[in-house]
Amino acid sequence: MNKDILICGVGGQGTVLASKLIAAAAMNCGNTVHSAETIGMAQRGGSVTSHVRIGSNAFSPLIPKGSADILLAFEPAEAVRNLSYLKKDGTVLVNSNPVKPTTESLNDTGYDGTEMLAYLKEKCCHLMIIDAEKICAPFGSARYFNVAILGAAAGSGRLGLSSDALMQEIEARVPAKFVETNKKAFLAGIAYADSQYNNGTQL
Amino acid sequence: MKKEYVMGNGAIALGALSAGVNVVSGYPGTPSSEIIETIQKYPHDGLHLEWSVNEKAAMEVAASAAYAGARTLVTMKQVGLNVASDPVMSLAYIGVKGGMVIVSADDPGPISSQTEQDTRMFAEFCRIPVFDPCSPEEAYQMIQDAFVYSEKYKTPVLFRPTTRICHAYASIDLAVDFTCEPEQFYTPHPYEGFVKDSKKWVIFPRLSYANHAMIEKRNPEIGRDFSDYDMNVITGNSKKAVFTSGVSYAYVKEYLKDYEDIRLCKIATPYPFPETFVLKALEGVEEALCIEELSPYIENALLRTIGANRLPVKVYGKLTGHVSPSGENSADSAAEILAGFLGTAARESGIDLSDMPALPMRPPVLCAGCPHRASFYAVKKAMQELPDKNSYFCGDIGCYTLGNAMPLDMVDTCLCMGAGITMAQGFHWTDPDGVCFAFVGDSTFFASGMTGVVNAICNEADMILCVLDNSTTAMTGHQPHPGTGRNMMGNAVDKVSIVKVLEGMGVKKIEVVDPLDLASAVRTVKECAALPGVKAILFQSPCIAISKPAEKMKISGKCIQCKKCIREIGCPALIIVDGKVTIDKGLCTGCGLCSSICPTAAIVPDEGGARHE
Repeated sequence: MNKDILICGVGGQGTVLASKLIAAAAMNCGNTVHSAETIGMAQRGGSVTSHVRIGSNAFSPLIPKGSADILLAFEPAEAVRNLSYLKKDGTVLVNSNPVKPTTESLNDTGYDGTEMLAYLKEKCCHLMIIDAEKICAPFGSARYFNVAILGAAAGSGRLGLSSDALMQEIEARVPAKFVETNKKAFLAGIAYADSQYNNGTQL
Repeated sequence: MKKEYVMGNGAIALGALSAGVNVVSGYPGTPSSEIIETIQKYPHDGLHLEWSVNEKAAMEVAASAAYAGARTLVTMKQVGLNVASDPVMSLAYIGVKGGMVIVSADDPGPISSQTEQDTRMFAEFCRIPVFDPCSPEEAYQMIQDAFVYSEKYKTPVLFRPTTRICHAYASIDLAVDFTCEPEQFYTPHPYEGFVKDSKKWVIFPRLSYANHAMIEKRNPEIGRDFSDYDMNVITGNSKKAVFTSGVSYAYVKEYLKDYEDIRLCKIATPYPFPETFVLKALEGVEEALCIEELSPYIENALLRTIGANRLPVKVYGKLTGHVSPSGENSADSAAEILAGFLGTAARESGIDLSDMPALPMRPPVLCAGCPHRASFYAVKKAMQELPDKNSYFCGDIGCYTLGNAMPLDMVDTCLCMGAGITMAQGFHWTDPDGVCFAFVGDSTFFASGMTGVVNAICNEADMILCVLDNSTTAMTGHQPHPGTGRNMMGNAVDKVSIVKVLEGMGVKKIEVVDPLDLASAVRTVKECAALPGVKAILFQSPCIAISKPAEKMKISGKCIQCKKCIREIGCPALIIVDGKVTIDKGLCTGCGLCSSICPTAAIVPDEGGARHE
């Protein structure tokens, strides 16, 4: 399998765990995997990306622009910010819940993500909008957003990785006391993707 | 056999463990910090591992261990090498017995550094060899080779990964499964011990002169040796050739994988320059393009080689404006440059985004609930209450550099580790009536702040030292330091007390405050501002990544929407939803700073609300 997956979001949203789970699952299915993370100052509320490159044809640790198969975005504006990495017929899976930057509270420009989602709808031929807040409502914490979004991505069938393979990595890599809730959030994500398909979403 | 999926820094650590490294020291700095952290996580019985107090200390600890024949590894970021430059310059003359590898991680971009300096240049300046890996996989093997070359030529060697190598992940094949056979996984390198010989180990001008001559004779030999090193690679055969090194090689390959006949030369050992190898790469070549990051190091060396050998080859790169002189390269920039040089097709573009809407900016900010915010705010408040005083706010290196962000705007200067303390003194001498503050973190205080305080005392400067003591080295990932009472060998040790250190130096006014107790913190700052001499305030409150107060805050009905909390402290947990000030429960830590500035006491603990787990 050759697949380039770009995961993006805001520092603190848990993109790194999602990237680790995808990379580990792909590796355990026998693929060569490379990835790269944003580490350091940007983790403090800045824009962060994880590049996961599955397959032996990848040299650069970062995905070249215009060539990502999948953009897994944890935040609408971050999806748009990284859209240049997506290939023309690539798939975007985006969480619809905006994260307002701190500067936004100081000078209110009215950012609420809607303009970004509209732009994505206009530009992307394969788009699934994921309402992570809705998926995670039963779990009472935004802590599970990342795994819920990952679940929806797995449910979309576009990752090229089975839900079982990802579930195994959740069991292996998430701290023990959070495993159960993470598994539930992941399954809720899969169910959400199914419901989107049932509602007529086509990827 | 065992496969491990690790960061480039992890690959470096695992390679060093495979080489049986005996002593590992370093100082945290992005992008190098995970090397030492990885070693701690794998079996390493018999190895000495430490976070040293700073890079100079790390270098010296490793140097004498290498005199004794031990294999030593020193890790730091590129600006750390500046701190360690005094020992390393002299050490280059003295040499070592055991293999000594100095990892200095460069940061093109720069992504989280003050400079875009190039460790390859430093290697040439020091006259010691340097290794430049192009991937985590290569780094794993190359660091093992680096120990061998170091021992062969009895010299410390530099090893310089860049951020994109350090923080890239790849799977590494380990010969031994450490989970079953920890002892086979790590076997300490056997060493003889220190053999006294003052003619060899004590640097004097005469020895330096003799060794300088020896080094200049030796280095061309190393260059010839490197010409046969199997990580220096030539592929393809064409009149136009590409010369590259480090992660730029990966970027170039990403484009040239479709043009395998193009002559591509990867230089893994930039200094001493492997001239014989490069001459071979230049055979039949008419034009050469150098794609590298930071300095035009290979480009200059190539020009020298071509000039000395009178070869009719044109060279393009940073010096000719074909490659950006600053910032990092990427697969995209490399593709564009290569397509122009080779006259080949541009890479397929993605979606047309020319009509992209304006994106929200996300500058990094202090975390919600960060006690540094409260410390800065207390000083700001205190000085606002003393409007006839000019104030100077000297920052330093750490999370608290982010105190410069609006609305706090409390960092006037930031230069390098520990500089804030001494720079506050310079401002005092240019404005004796001003109140000069230095903000420094606890780890930075130990690393390079103490000498500055002594300097202020003996030279009679007036200043206020604000130690933002959050009990950790937060920015680089929570490494222990001398004040935390634990070390990398897993031992509980005596904490070095900052208060006692300052008392010992003779600082007469030392106050310890909780920055989250705003009224008392403001009072203390005002009190110190009125006194002459060196005053110290320790703002003590743990980093919120380590411990959080239990109860989050909420906005009660008393809120008049004046938005003072948002305007003055800029906490990411204070947001506006539907025009109203709201607490983001996912971010709030319950520090309570906002409640202490609210004019209507509308921000209160959310009793019975969500608690931290």
